[in-house]
Amino acid sequence: MMVRQIVGASVPRKEGWDKVTGVARYVDDMVLPGMLYGVTVRSTIARGKIKKVSFDAAVAWNEYVVVSAKDIPGKNCIALILDDQPCLASEAVNHPEEPILLLAHPDRHKLRKAVEAVAIEYEPLPAVHTIEESEQQSTIIWGGENTFKSYLVEKGDVRAVWKQAAHIVEGEYFTGAQEQLYIENNGVIAAFDPQNGVTVWGSLQCPYYVHKALMTLCALPEEKVRVVQMETGGAFGGKEEYPSMIACHAALLAMKSGRPVKMIYDRMEDMVATTKRHPSRTRHRTAVSKDGKILGGEIEFTIDGGAYATLSSVVLSRGTIHSGGPYYWPSVRIRTKAVATNTPPHGAFRGFGAPQSLFAMERHMDRIAQVVGVSPVEIRRRNFLKPGQTTTTEQVIREEIDLNHLLDRALDLSDYAAKKTRFAEENKVGMRKKGIGISAFLHGAGFTGSGERYLNSLVGVEAVADGSVRVLVSSAEFGQGTNTVLCQVAAEALGLPYENVSIAQPDTTVVPNSGPTVASRTAMIVGKLVQSAAKGIKQTLTKTGLLGDNYTPEQFRTACREYVASHGALKSHARYEAPADVYWDDEKYRGEAYVAFAWAVYVAEVTVDLTTYSVTVDDFVALQEVGKVINPVLAAGQITGGVAQAIGFALYEKVVWQNGRMINNQMTNYIMPTSADLPPIRVFFEELGNVHGAHGAKGIGELPMDGPAPAIVNAVEDATGIRFCSIPLLPEDLFEAVRRGSPEQDVFSSTQGTA
Amino acid sequence: MNVSPAAGAKCQVSFTVNGEAQNVLAYPMQRLLDVLRNELGLTGTKEGCGEGECGSCSVLLDGMLVNSCLVPVAQTSGASIVTIEGMSAHALIKPLQEAFLQCGGAQCGICTPGMILASAHLLEKKPEPTLSDIREGLAGNLCRCTGYMQIFEAVTRAARRRVAK
Repeated sequence: MMVRQIVGASVPRKEGWDKVTGVARYVDDMVLPGMLYGVTVRSTIARGKIKKVSFDAAVAWNEYVVVSAKDIPGKNCIALILDDQPCLASEAVNHPEEPILLLAHPDRHKLRKAVEAVAIEYEPLPAVHTIEESEQQSTIIWGGENTFKSYLVEKGDVRAVWKQAAHIVEGEYFTGAQEQLYIENNGVIAAFDPQNGVTVWGSLQCPYYVHKALMTLCALPEEKVRVVQMETGGAFGGKEEYPSMIACHAALLAMKSGRPVKMIYDRMEDMVATTKRHPSRTRHRTAVSKDGKILGGEIEFTIDGGAYATLSSVVLSRGTIHSGGPYYWPSVRIRTKAVATNTPPHGAFRGFGAPQSLFAMERHMDRIAQVVGVSPVEIRRRNFLKPGQTTTTEQVIREEIDLNHLLDRALDLSDYAAKKTRFAEENKVGMRKKGIGISAFLHGAGFTGSGERYLNSLVGVEAVADGSVRVLVSSAEFGQGTNTVLCQVAAEALGLPYENVSIAQPDTTVVPNSGPTVASRTAMIVGKLVQSAAKGIKQTLTKTGLLGDNYTPEQFRTACREYVASHGALKSHARYEAPADVYWDDEKYRGEAYVAFAWAVYVAEVTVDLTTYSVTVDDFVALQEVGKVINPVLAAGQITGGVAQAIGFALYEKVVWQNGRMINNQMTNYIMPTSADLPPIRVFFEELGNVHGAHGAKGIGELPMDGPAPAIVNAVEDATGIRFCSIPLLPEDLFEAVRRGSPEQDVFSSTQGTA
Repeated sequence: MNVSPAAGAKCQVSFTVNGEAQNVLAYPMQRLLDVLRNELGLTGTKEGCGEGECGSCSVLLDGMLVNSCLVPVAQTSGASIVTIEGMSAHALIKPLQEAFLQCGGAQCGICTPGMILASAHLLEKKPEPTLSDIREGLAGNLCRCTGYMQIFEAVTRAARRRVAK
């Protein structure tokens, strides 16, 4: 009997039992014989020249391994896109906490004092700390114009629309930096021997990114670099590019000492030195007809990239493409740029630019509604994209998405209309004001534009003599469900029980490069490849006459045994092939930006307490169309977790900067939501399907980061009448706005995240 | 606290972990967390923040829920400690593990051991907790993945199953 419908079932997480019993092995749980502990000596200033490095004679330095830029065998950079970020600064530093030296010692307790015993003298140079300062270009800190990347998207003739407009609506919106705050800090172990080269075990998302960085830094050939992903305690983008840095550091110490070296950041180092979400500023100028239709507009989106280019160009790209939201723009001009500041580089974080530009779009829609004199619901209805229409990059919507239906259902699920009326009445008295707000949005799944084509991902599936099947991918599990979902897809394709399929630990000597584990691409893109590779196994067995059309797991096992006995290993590979009908122009930024979008309407209900100035989210409805849901429990967990993280983005999580350094780099004073802070997060799915994904799956992971912040701030405005344009929105911001008593004016947070 | 964990002479500390008597030689100010992980190899207890905010290193110390990163090992002399590995030493651990697995209460898994011990502690005090009891009882344990909803479900399920028995 064939086993069916594993896809769509909430089978338990593959590595779940190991996690709940504490058996799962994270990098800090691993100890190698003779292992040293490594630590980083970092810049104490934002920008300057390194004049002198001296070592306090009171420390027995002969016990320590000391590594500087001079010890780098290959190129002193973290290879990624532009290779502008040094692994270790040698002559100049460009941000606080920039790595300069590395130390290692067998006793980890002896490291802190040693770091303090290294004195670095600098010649300070003027530093740049905000988007505005960077744009002024009075101090140039990167390239010719402090600009890592800029894009221009043009659709139609926006110059013609202003005179037809009944209303021209302007707005300026800001989002702050956000720490990923995975509970397991960044960490790796590196080992080196001349025969085998470098091996790194680490907490990471993208084994082959680290592999490439190590090859470049260590000047080693492909086969002499091995990267193994250990169980990873959360990532959210924070372990996309940064692990290359810490892996390179540990590798240098291991090469110099000839011993394995463990580097595990503590929380303060992780928060102060590693990547965060890019702060952003968005300006909208929108031409609107009398009846509330968008005629066209200008959007300017700018992000703060920090001191080096790293991934900013790609984050900017996604933010650019999402900046128009799920609306039809007859014409638009979108100008965007990523600028340099003397701050540790900002990097990947769930949503990757989209939460920033969509915050602006969804706040701006409420503003347009006010100006036109219609409701937030109505303004969205009149402007939703429909099948057959084109996005801002002129991508034709081919999916049969009905955003009005999603909106209706979300309003119904949240009891929106009744609450809106009731709150307006109740808010006339008392200090506790209730409000309800909505957001509508989309999130493109997979790499942008031609990205997937360049990635050229390869996936393997193998079957062994006992009939068990193993999935071979570099796609990593870090909580989001990669292991489970890919095993479900393979089991379904082969008609085998879920238990018969396992997944290899990502190890670059064992698994092919299925691309990085990012961009909500795993279930959709990698899943589809796993499905094809699994089918390849079946075809091989059928073609050789060992397996019939219908078979039992027992017959499958016999076939595998016979195949392996006579032919050897049974493996099947599948490589990504770009769909022929998908066109993208990298120059003009035009065409099919994503092969599929997920669509959503979220509703937030809040209480604003004008005595304590606190905002509480009382209820949250998250309705989304995500294609086929492969595992309902895991998918719901992605949504609730993303919504929680986005509630933090909106209301709690503020990075306080001082001269380019985060000064609240502790969980004590950087506040994320606890179990007592969150509303019921009610998750609902619609499943339209998608021809490009495994069983019709689309991306899920990033989507829930996009919508909550604007829905919440829209609800706060509904409750108070105060037009906040900046997040995080903290009690002090609310206090300040109420104290100023000018609810009709735009209110920006006092600091824009910069102290 | 400015005392280095490695300051002073090492001392013998005897306590029970998961029902087994243990005797370790450690610096008095060494964190219980490090002694469990490094001396006893009980790596199921995780470090998240090192300052008592996240609860990943939660263990039961004489029935109390503590952050083992804040407990100097000298204070645990004679104590009875339960960690995530103590399935047989604490009747509530296994049903909670099963419920977390079924409900999606564990994603990346790093907060899970601490979360399960906090849940066991809660169910001991309140066998039939309300949702607000659970929210409050777990408020010292941070989870960045789940948004807590599926953890609430898991704790509720484990409690119901126990009461049903």
